[in-house]
Amino acid sequence: MDIIDAIIAVTLSTVSDVFPIAAIIFGFQFAVLRQKPANLRGILFGFFWVLIGLSLFLLGLEWALFPLGRVMAGQLTDPAFIQTALAAHETAADIEWSDYYWVYIFAFMIGFSTTIAEPSLIAVAIKANDVSGGAIGVWGLRIAVAIGVAVGISLGCYRIVVGDPIHWYIIAGYVVVVIQTSFAPKLIIPLAYDSGGVTTSTVTVPLVAALGLGLSETVPGRNPLIDGFGLIAFASLFPIMSVMAYAQLSDARAALGRRRADAETTTK
Amino acid sequence: MTNTLKRLLGAMLGSLRDLLPILLVIVFFQFVVLQQPLPDIGKILTGVVFVVLGLTFFIHGLEQGLFPIGESMATAFARKGSLFWLIAFAFALGFGTTVAEPALIAVAAEAAAVAAQGNMIESSEAAREDYANGLRYTVAFSVGLAIVIGVIRILKGWPVQWIIMGGYVLVVIMTLFAPIEIIGIAYDSGGVTTSTITVPLVTALGVGLASSIRGRNPMIDGFGLIALASLTPMIFVMAYGMMI
Repeated sequence: MDIIDAIIAVTLSTVSDVFPIAAIIFGFQFAVLRQKPANLRGILFGFFWVLIGLSLFLLGLEWALFPLGRVMAGQLTDPAFIQTALAAHETAADIEWSDYYWVYIFAFMIGFSTTIAEPSLIAVAIKANDVSGGAIGVWGLRIAVAIGVAVGISLGCYRIVVGDPIHWYIIAGYVVVVIQTSFAPKLIIPLAYDSGGVTTSTVTVPLVAALGLGLSETVPGRNPLIDGFGLIAFASLFPIMSVMAYAQLSDARAALGRRRADAETTTK
Repeated sequence: MTNTLKRLLGAMLGSLRDLLPILLVIVFFQFVVLQQPLPDIGKILTGVVFVVLGLTFFIHGLEQGLFPIGESMATAFARKGSLFWLIAFAFALGFGTTVAEPALIAVAAEAAAVAAQGNMIESSEAAREDYANGLRYTVAFSVGLAIVIGVIRILKGWPVQWIIMGGYVLVVIMTLFAPIEIIGIAYDSGGVTTSTITVPLVTALGVGLASSIRGRNPMIDGFGLIALASLTPMIFVMAYGMMI
């Protein structure tokens, strides 16, 4: 019975999240636009599937991934675990930023893998693939964004460990984004900017927040209320760079291919 | 019937493949690095099955419901030609989808705790709740405003990078003046406002608008709304922190 109760509770809370959105959409549709959208039945069924899907998804995350993820974040940042990596003559006072290497590896891998599973990124990738007529691959975009998130979260963890102020990192990131923007192919720029905001929702935020909180609680001299934040900001900034880099790389490869083809035709 | 079943099965395999990396990471860290057994394996397996089913249904509903309604409304607004109603809709969509967002409610509560600790507000329950609610409405307003700016930008065909870079400059300037406690939260609030349902809807709206207005390229003009919606909350949260 527990399972059914839990499903009902989660579905109700999803309904209350979706309700304002549905009210706005259908309110404008019928009061302002005053027309029936084509295939209304299909759309209503679509909303129904979104509700059921999101509820099951959240419930499954709550049961399977989040508890494990939180426990792991806690264990990996535990001073007792960090000390096992130290040499015999070192004590807790000798812990350096590099002794947290498992944390950085975990941050990278969990950032990558949760981004691959992020539903809103899948949605944007499907749309971008559609609109670009297949030029932007669904998987290419998703992997580019996932690498960006992975790098961002690892760097964010390093920042929490060493205790640097966050704004220098973010400002430096902005500078890189601005420089890349002037060289990147025009078509990719809006999509790259969007992918920054898309990455951090249902799956990534709770796990990443747990990691940040765990780190700032156990690293000496960090205040969880101040240093625990900021990982999400890193995870939204770095995909912008990685998506533009992905477009620049595919452009460069295409240009190289063309030059080779030209060279072959001229030598013949 | 067999066809539908086959498609469903294919979609489920796709979802499983999307989730496989997370499972691998967790198994690797649990058994190889931390060397601990998995607690309550039955519940975890049930959870994984739910996640796979949920992702499959969500993607199906996305293609059946959210994308078509977003695009059909964008086209209908473009045909109606009423700027007022389009902007009212854009604001309502941004504000309405953000104000009830659970991630935002959680972040606002944490921000209130930070503010109380930093002696920016009184440390009473009522003062914290006031602060958290004020912050929530501020962020929701800023997202509504972002969608409005984004829609106007699509209509006018302005390049998105100039608006974003202007926003970056504003963020940097405000960082210098904002209280240090609020900066981390402000930067994070940009990422948490865009939820799983908002993103497909807003993307469909942008692409739909750009494709139904002549001279606009859906790739260049259609995307960019989410970027704006993740930028304005940073500015407004810092402003909120400075004023209170």
